[in-house]
Amino acid sequence: MGFLKEISVPGKKQAIERPRWLVLRTGWLSLRVDKRVPNVLLLLALTTLAVMVWSVGQGEYPVPPLDVVRTVVGLPTDNADYVFVVNTLRLPRTLVAWGVGMALAIAGTITQGITRNPLASPGIIGVNAGAALAAVSLIVVFPSVPISLLPLAAFSGAFTVAILIYLIAWNGGSAPVRLILVGIGFSLVAGALTELMVTFGNIYDVSQALVWLAGSVYGRSWAQVVSFTPWLVVFGLLSLLLSRELNALQLGDDIAQGLGSRLEWQRGWLLLCSVALAGSAVATAGSIGFVGLMSPHIARQLVGPSHEGLLPVAALTGGLVVVAADLIGRLLFAPIELPCGIVTAVIGAPYFLYLLLRARK
Amino acid sequence: MLSLGMLLGIVFLLMCLAASMALGVADIGPGEVYRALAASDGSTEHLIIRTVRLPRSLTALLVGSAVAVAGAIMQGLTRNPLADPGILGINAGAAFAVVMGVFFFNTASLSLYAGFALVGAAVAAVSVYGLGSLGRGGLTPLNLTIAGAALTALVSSLTTAILILSQRTLEEIRFWLAGSVAGRDMALVMQVLPYLAVGLVLGLALGKQLTTLSLGESVAQGLGQNTLWIKGAAAVSVVLLAGGSVAIAGPIGFVGLIVPHIVRFWAGADYRWILPYAALTGAIVLLLADIAARLVIQPQELPVGIMMPIIGAPFFVYLVKSRVKR
Repeated sequence: MGFLKEISVPGKKQAIERPRWLVLRTGWLSLRVDKRVPNVLLLLALTTLAVMVWSVGQGEYPVPPLDVVRTVVGLPTDNADYVFVVNTLRLPRTLVAWGVGMALAIAGTITQGITRNPLASPGIIGVNAGAALAAVSLIVVFPSVPISLLPLAAFSGAFTVAILIYLIAWNGGSAPVRLILVGIGFSLVAGALTELMVTFGNIYDVSQALVWLAGSVYGRSWAQVVSFTPWLVVFGLLSLLLSRELNALQLGDDIAQGLGSRLEWQRGWLLLCSVALAGSAVATAGSIGFVGLMSPHIARQLVGPSHEGLLPVAALTGGLVVVAADLIGRLLFAPIELPCGIVTAVIGAPYFLYLLLRARK
Repeated sequence: MLSLGMLLGIVFLLMCLAASMALGVADIGPGEVYRALAASDGSTEHLIIRTVRLPRSLTALLVGSAVAVAGAIMQGLTRNPLADPGILGINAGAAFAVVMGVFFFNTASLSLYAGFALVGAAVAAVSVYGLGSLGRGGLTPLNLTIAGAALTALVSSLTTAILILSQRTLEEIRFWLAGSVAGRDMALVMQVLPYLAVGLVLGLALGKQLTTLSLGESVAQGLGQNTLWIKGAAAVSVVLLAGGSVAIAGPIGFVGLIVPHIVRFWAGADYRWILPYAALTGAIVLLLADIAARLVIQPQELPVGIMMPIIGAPFFVYLVKSRVKR
């Protein structure tokens, strides 16, 4: 690939925007990203930081923004309670929101890439339905089981269903259309079984299960941050390394094979990343919808369709969206909290329609 | 051949209807069922049949054919094999309207649910149509599906929001939300029957036009069809059928998606045959599913809306595996 940048397709547009790419190349790694990527990343990171500080300051016990920053960094403030409120209660919650948003966005970008379908979201590979079924069964059927096992159950549910879908859709190869359709079928069955729990369970357990189903970061602590971070780091980085393959897969199976992509292996690895990221996110915070769908589209508008740059930008966008959604959900009906999954859906659906309208012009 | 099949189908449907009235926690022989309907002597068994099983079986029959025909029309109209009232947001709209009704007006009567459900279904259908035609290229199958998916996601998360905010609403509504044909009385069936009947007649009358339309919009226009009118009439029929059936039975998924595909195995691509066969098959499928839902965990029962995906999804997956090559 080393000489590819010199062979540019001749054309006026190319000539005017000559230096469009930034190329990073070491012995074994080569990344080529759009020139806009660093600035966009910086901007997103700063915005996220600002929203996080605001979010941590808000609540029944308000903390001024400057004191939030001082407390987090470890400088003394004039109120000793701040340490507990900020560092123990609110910071981990916001961090979980951020991490979950990033994971969902990366998973969404990958899913849209491998299925070549701009409407695909991690939900399509059955992750949400599987996790929901496992978690709701745990809450409703075994209320005595400690709640700390919930993420584990959700994660194994997500993984089992995703693998089942992949195996059943396999028919001498994993055609994306079959993957989507089998995924829909499985999600419907898991949905029906979840509905069964909701219909016959104890009403108090069902209420709890609904909050979990809607996707919420309420009451998340450092324990969740610690258990979630390795998944995000390992599979996030792996996805970044594989992102170049997504560009080839995007062109269709035949062309990708022609370009020398080991199609099924690449798709399998990418799918694994996507399932691991979405599964751990759903296990941590329930099924927060629309983030995996929205973020890649926003990112594509910001930095174009090449996946090396798209993936990190989408990740930061997703993080920002969930952090903001959590903040909005807490502020809107102040004493009552809306789960952030509902906020993302209410924002996400109109955005979806906006995409439709924009396509018309 | 196909008309002979139709006849056989009707005979089978009648057998299912009889079975649905005879089977249950209290097993009642077919002879007794006939006597209860022809000349009731007021015994407990006859009362069970006339007030519980008859309305229930009729509900299953009506809802099954309504949903299946609605699904078939939508698939023809949108040229999308995955279209059904559930996927295009009509069930979600109706469910949302009912949940709103329970939340704000504190009603718990099934006949009030029916009113809300019809309005909700109509509003949802009109919005999906409107939003779908905003996209590039107007009312294409893809745009319609996208609009439906977006509306479903939005509306069902609002429904969840209400259910989280108000536990009372959740308690009252959750059995209805699962979709069931149990406990419906004759008055309710009669109340919704006109909508379903008009929708069914209108839908069946559109068979020829739908066949043409399913070849593609420009082909249909080239053949001299006024596609706008046909689409409008089909939409009215879908709203009546889907809204009416949600009104009696709650959101019942899968029948509308699956039945048209089964029917195409023998009826081909001609909607003049697909639609009546879908009506027949839909009724049979829902009756059988309801019998199964009554018998699997006696003396408890499952809502038939939950049974359907569990029975139907394996079949759907099989269809996908055998039919979708690429």
